[in-house]
Amino acid sequence: MAVKAMAAGEVAKKVINNEPLFILDVRNGDAFADWKIEGGNIQYLNIPYFDLLDGVEEVVSDLPTDRDILVVCAKEGSSIMVAEMLSEEGVHSAYLSGGMKAWSEHLEPVKVGDLKNGGELYQFVRIGKGCLSYMAISEGEAAVIDATRMADIFLDFAQEKGAVIKHVFDTHLHADHISGGRTIAEATGATYYLPPADAEEVVFEYQALVNGLEASIGSTKVEALYSPGHTIGSTSFIVDDQYLMTGDILFIDSIGRPDLAGLAEDWVGDLRESLYSRFQELAGELTVLPAHFMIIEELNEDGSVSKKLGELFKENHGLNISDEQEFRDMVTKNLPPQPNAYQDIRKTNMGKITPDEEVQREMEIGPNRCAVR
Amino acid sequence: MMNADKVLDAKGLACPMPIVKTRKEMKAMDSGQVLEILVTDKGAKADLTAWAKSGGHDLLDHQVDGDVLKFWIQKG
Repeated sequence: MAVKAMAAGEVAKKVINNEPLFILDVRNGDAFADWKIEGGNIQYLNIPYFDLLDGVEEVVSDLPTDRDILVVCAKEGSSIMVAEMLSEEGVHSAYLSGGMKAWSEHLEPVKVGDLKNGGELYQFVRIGKGCLSYMAISEGEAAVIDATRMADIFLDFAQEKGAVIKHVFDTHLHADHISGGRTIAEATGATYYLPPADAEEVVFEYQALVNGLEASIGSTKVEALYSPGHTIGSTSFIVDDQYLMTGDILFIDSIGRPDLAGLAEDWVGDLRESLYSRFQELAGELTVLPAHFMIIEELNEDGSVSKKLGELFKENHGLNISDEQEFRDMVTKNLPPQPNAYQDIRKTNMGKITPDEEVQREMEIGPNRCAVR
Repeated sequence: MMNADKVLDAKGLACPMPIVKTRKEMKAMDSGQVLEILVTDKGAKADLTAWAKSGGHDLLDHQVDGDVLKFWIQKG
């Protein structure tokens, strides 16, 4: 019997709408423990597909009858097999089309606000990996910030909106995902900006992203604010004096970790100054738009990830550690594991290596792990 | 290079087939015998390791030879 496929986009909608779902994850236990589909109303059962080859009869009694069942594996092959076996036992389920790889790549565009003179600001939520990218559109021109590897999605989106991409920014040299910035810039003729302090080993041409740099699209102004600490080049953006894109320096419920380029001890002072001095001087009314979320609770009801800076200064633990030594210890000790393949990802973003697409997908498997809490 | 009692060529096969075939071969072997498995699916490494462990078999060794991953599993 043919079984039903569920696209990553359908699963994303269920997560955002907090709909009930039961996930039978048939990857091995380590893979499941490391990274899975997160959601507020999801129940899980993890049984590796190779423990189900003799049959699924014993599992059937553990499956609910009152919510949809989704079988999930790495690429989809094993989940189709298991969904078919369940079907033979009379249990209806769907499999995740493309598996966790497709989940990792899915982007959900969410409008986060209006800009001057009818402009719009969109956040692209990479819900499976926790990456957030942005496109600001004004009067037929667009700027892209922290684009992910799936460049076509940004190119197509701009085209749908009738906008020409003029500026492409990366807040820093990413270590958890491969940037699509250079590809987008090459495809559109846009200018690609990187902070020079992060780009010393970069092998391609780029425009230096320095403190105070101003770029405009239509009637919207994008202003660079140097805010080092996650990397030495990390730079934030203020858009239309309303929005603050903080890259990997400040998140909703956590702050950036300073160790992914190997220099935690050196950069912890920069991190503290960015968060406790530079950002303190900004207006609390600014809407913070980070480059990541870590947990699903950071999503707003519409699936977007944002909060006023003033609220973060009250609620975000990482912004409320008055003791400097305590802060230093928090961001340099007991850090979570580093993102998968982060050194190769950095080299790819520098243009030093160019792995083929399948390898790039593998490199990005897993959560982003850019924060400390 | 390790001596194997049998070789399973699972190159070009995608998950779950490498494990399905490995399991079938192992069933026909005696305890203590070694199966050499050749695969190209990169996900097979973690899965073969976990499968061998859960089935009481020993993953004796593995090697990378270009695009091909080789595994030697001794039946438990």
